Amino acid sequence: MVGFLIRRTGQAIFVLFLVTLATLLLVHLFPGGPVRAMLGERATPSQIAYYNKLYGFDQPLYVQYLKWVNQLIHGNLGFSNHLNQSVTSLIAQCLPRTVVLVLLGTIVSLLFGIPLGVYQAVHRNSASDYALTAISFLGYSTPTFFLGIILVDWFSVDVHIFPPFAPQGTTVLSILGDPKALVLPVFTYAFLLYALWSRYMRSSVLDNLVQDYVRTARAKGASERRVIWVHVFRNSLISIVTLLGLSIPGLVGGAILIEVVFNYPGMGLAFYSAALNVDYEVLLGFTVLATVATIIGNLAADIGYAVLDPRVRY
Amino acid sequence: MALEAQAIAASDAELGVAPSSSQRGMLRRAGEVFVENRLAMVGLGFIVFIVLFCFVGPHIYVTNQVDTDLDNSLCGPSAQHLFGCNELGYDQLGRLMIGGQTSLEVGLAAALVSVVVGTLYGAISGFAGGFVDSVMMRIVDAGLSLPSLMVIMILSVIFHPTPTVIIFIIAVFYWFGVARLVRGETLALRNREYVQAVKVIGGRPLRSVLRHIVPNAIGTIIVQATFAVADSILTLSVLGFLTLGVAPPSTDWGSMLSGGLTYIQGANYWWLIYPPGVLIILTCISFNFIGDALRDAFETRLQRR
Repeated sequence: MVGFLIRRTGQAIFVLFLVTLATLLLVHLFPGGPVRAMLGERATPSQIAYYNKLYGFDQPLYVQYLKWVNQLIHGNLGFSNHLNQSVTSLIAQCLPRTVVLVLLGTIVSLLFGIPLGVYQAVHRNSASDYALTAISFLGYSTPTFFLGIILVDWFSVDVHIFPPFAPQGTTVLSILGDPKALVLPVFTYAFLLYALWSRYMRSSVLDNLVQDYVRTARAKGASERRVIWVHVFRNSLISIVTLLGLSIPGLVGGAILIEVVFNYPGMGLAFYSAALNVDYEVLLGFTVLATVATIIGNLAADIGYAVLDPRVRY
Repeated sequence: MALEAQAIAASDAELGVAPSSSQRGMLRRAGEVFVENRLAMVGLGFIVFIVLFCFVGPHIYVTNQVDTDLDNSLCGPSAQHLFGCNELGYDQLGRLMIGGQTSLEVGLAAALVSVVVGTLYGAISGFAGGFVDSVMMRIVDAGLSLPSLMVIMILSVIFHPTPTVIIFIIAVFYWFGVARLVRGETLALRNREYVQAVKVIGGRPLRSVLRHIVPNAIGTIIVQATFAVADSILTLSVLGFLTLGVAPPSTDWGSMLSGGLTYIQGANYWWLIYPPGVLIILTCISFNFIGDALRDAFETRLQRR
């Protein structure tokens, strides 16, 4: 187990190295270099040269890389000249709001996706299984933003039940204090994730139902309910843990679209305006943060998997 | 010496011909299972319809998608404009056709590029094994932990993409997942006798990969390619919605939706929002139906759903 932990963490660190290198190279992809992106189209060559020297973009790549990593280790993600604010403070401002959205959406989707996935597997090929499968396919094929738009069209424009905007409060408490405004964004987010969990849960339960331990449990006289909800359910849940770790990039991407549609002032909306303003410090800072979160999430999921499933011993 | 040459010729014949004939058998069997799946046939029918709609349609329902016509800005459906007009007076039905051309072309091409690259990468990595495999897979891990939508947005900002560039921007992220799947498949295949035999008779590794491993993993690859088309169309529509997609005068279904969103409040301009959105959903759902049926047909086990 200790050997596995060390090896797995070593892999994660190597992946971190590759990812930070990739983001640094991304800076240099900007037309005319990062300084040109910052100063704008009409910057003179001498201005560009000055700022290149100031920010160290004229130094060899490995020096730039070491500086960049050193910055990151000290929690400095850069400074947005466009917003006149450090990227870290922007994150401190926006992250809690996005976390609220992502957590609520994920929890709601799990609450529906897991039980319904089990139900589908137990009643496979029944009419309700087909109906729920159709809903999951719809979830896979609907663009997040389109679902958001039609929900706004139906519930805010046609019938004034919910406001078309997400809560505009700045603190977590004020956001949670406006539950009516949270309904549409959270539902949109949850619907698209629901498809993922329910499909996965369904096939996972189906796989487990034919295992020997299920036959053993039945042979011992365990009730069908006990077989499903105690034996099969717990074993199927393990694989969801891995899936949760793997889906962090998707969760982040989904949050961007929800925040843009519902004008929710979180990380996604800030990232989107940075993209429109070519504010590359914000773009890269946010990307690095999301990537590190993913790598840590994957690591945690793998370790969690090894802890939860005694058959997995690396 | 002669005996050896004969043995090589014999094994070559066996290796070269036998797998390809069993290959055909596998494909035919898969085809039979596929045709029995009604949802997949509906999906296939819709794809045929939408391809005709987008590529043949403009020759039958001729509209002007070049010059704006502000007199007809936002006009409702009429005999002249069956689905109304958008804010610049472009006929909406005609625009759905040319937007669909971009969506379909980009979706198919991005899927093709990512599946070809991912397949070769995954097969080589799995076949090489050891240290090479380990490094190659860490690169895939790195790619999969980058938040794809964020980086795709950054790349779009950098390149102000034309449809051709967008194909590569989307494919850059999609191939990682394909590579991981194909590598897993390769690990199972590389120890089979016929792959070992190629090594024994002195066949080059590339031959094993291209002639034996890739054809035997073809089920997984085709299934993955089908899902890739649906996902690429969705990604393109997301970029269009964020106004980071194809630059005007080109358009795609996502960009059309983005334009329509501006007018959602106030008057009910349903024709700006629902037709492109519904087409995106139906096209993606069709590809997903087909992919699902193909997976059943090949009986491959994928992690995706």
